[in-house]
Amino acid sequence: MAEKATEKTGMEGEMEVDAYRRLFPLPFYERHLLDSLRPDGRPLSRSRDTSLSLGAVSSADGSALVKFGDTTMLAAIKLEVMTPSKESPDEGCLGIEFHMPPICSPIVRPGKPAEIAPVISKQLEDAILSSGLINLKELSLISGKAAWMTYVDIYCLNADGSLFDAALFAAVAAFSHLQIPLVSLSEGGRVITVSGENLDNPAKELVNKDKRNLTLHSIPFSLTCVLHKNYILADPTAEEESIMETLLTVVLDSSSQLISLYKPGGSVLAFKTTVQDCISHTRKRVKELQKILSEALSDMEID
Amino acid sequence: MEVDRIDGRTPNQLRPLACSRNVLHRAHGSARWSQGDSTSYKTAIVNTKERNTIILAAVYGPKAGTRKGENPEKASIEVVWKPRTGQSGKSEKECELILRRTLQSICLLTVHPNTTTSVIVQLLPCAINASCAALVDAGFPLKHLAVAVGCGLSEGGSVILDPSKAEEELKFQAYTHLVFLNSSLSVLPEGLPHVEGKPVEDGIITSVTHGAMSVNDYLCCMERAQAASAKISEFLRRSLQSQLPSDPAKAL
Repeated sequence: MAEKATEKTGMEGEMEVDAYRRLFPLPFYERHLLDSLRPDGRPLSRSRDTSLSLGAVSSADGSALVKFGDTTMLAAIKLEVMTPSKESPDEGCLGIEFHMPPICSPIVRPGKPAEIAPVISKQLEDAILSSGLINLKELSLISGKAAWMTYVDIYCLNADGSLFDAALFAAVAAFSHLQIPLVSLSEGGRVITVSGENLDNPAKELVNKDKRNLTLHSIPFSLTCVLHKNYILADPTAEEESIMETLLTVVLDSSSQLISLYKPGGSVLAFKTTVQDCISHTRKRVKELQKILSEALSDMEID
Repeated sequence: MEVDRIDGRTPNQLRPLACSRNVLHRAHGSARWSQGDSTSYKTAIVNTKERNTIILAAVYGPKAGTRKGENPEKASIEVVWKPRTGQSGKSEKECELILRRTLQSICLLTVHPNTTTSVIVQLLPCAINASCAALVDAGFPLKHLAVAVGCGLSEGGSVILDPSKAEEELKFQAYTHLVFLNSSLSVLPEGLPHVEGKPVEDGIITSVTHGAMSVNDYLCCMERAQAASAKISEFLRRSLQSQLPSDPAKAL
């Protein structure tokens, strides 16, 4: 295949690698795939270097900065006291929003929101709710009176592929870093948050003294793969995603339940074996991400 | 394990299908696809309307490419998903993207470069079957037909095909929506198209899931849905044949 491509182009010998890569992206990639190697030196099933730092935004109640190679996501959680709805008086509320500002990618232009952003918001919401990561009852303060409205905002700072994976990991990490602020009841019976300076001698009794962290039940992690012919490329970059268009995202939780298997069309069909391969790649990736998350959490405790 | 369904169907039984094309006169192609028939299961539930899924799809195009996504080498497809009431939100955007990517993978996009084709879909999911019929009605060149099947996974872990809306609200722990290619009839001497020895209709074009399930349950859904897709694809083929040739005046 690759040889055929070079015959067609004919001028490959004289052409610089960068120019060849831009003019004939698919033959360029196929040549690499023949050697089971990707242009950035990774084997097909290896994900990019992943880093996580917790508490990147000090004004938020929980935050995390995640990097998958060049893809950078900043997730921040803000809690506000709200009155719960009549239908579910002892549950809090969760609002997840994914933002793609123009700085993140050359294809996002100011004034024109990226088409993919609301779709990723919806997917994140689905993954977090159906994995049962958060028990909404834990967000309740006083049944029927007060509960936490949880705003989860994820900002894409640099979009270089696998956006959903990085966004989900950032959201999950922000949740595990979340410290619930202290609240007390005012004289009028309203719930107010206690700010830093009153913390040492609170005038009123605190409502949630012993409950500062959320219990995370089963944590979802995901891996996106690009399918091209028989090849499965894990954790694709933006370039790989645009050249080979078939994407398949698997979300597994920490107890290996399948939360989502998302394949929106594409020219390559996913057979049963392909699906099983992608799931086993995801299992490996879940272990990696779990390790990174627990290391970051234990580092934070030492500090 | 058996589960009683409110409308008395067996777990693998689909609702009756109906498809009519050329229902809108101004559109270049249109189709109405329904699953479920209010007359056949009158006893089960009071509100029979709830158990029908009816989708209307209209196709306009190919027309001159105006959208920002226009491509000088390929035709582009635009999907507009109209909710029954109110403004379109995040979930409509998600449906639009899934539908667009799925349709792109079955259309021959190189035939009409630099054009845009709009597919407008109104009402509930399962719209892939309807849009596919509408594209056929518009005479748009396609590689394959796509066949979509919905699967529900009940609490006990048994798989139920084609859940109706009333059932969806009741008791499922997870759903899967899968899209397959139709089983093809071929006049070519080498027979049916295969990808590495496997018939193409075994492969998934699109998969969307909601809710948690085990990996084995997913694979089980995949098998069942694949078996059901053969039935739907046969129905689609029959209904397309019976209505040909469509109104030639519309081509003008």
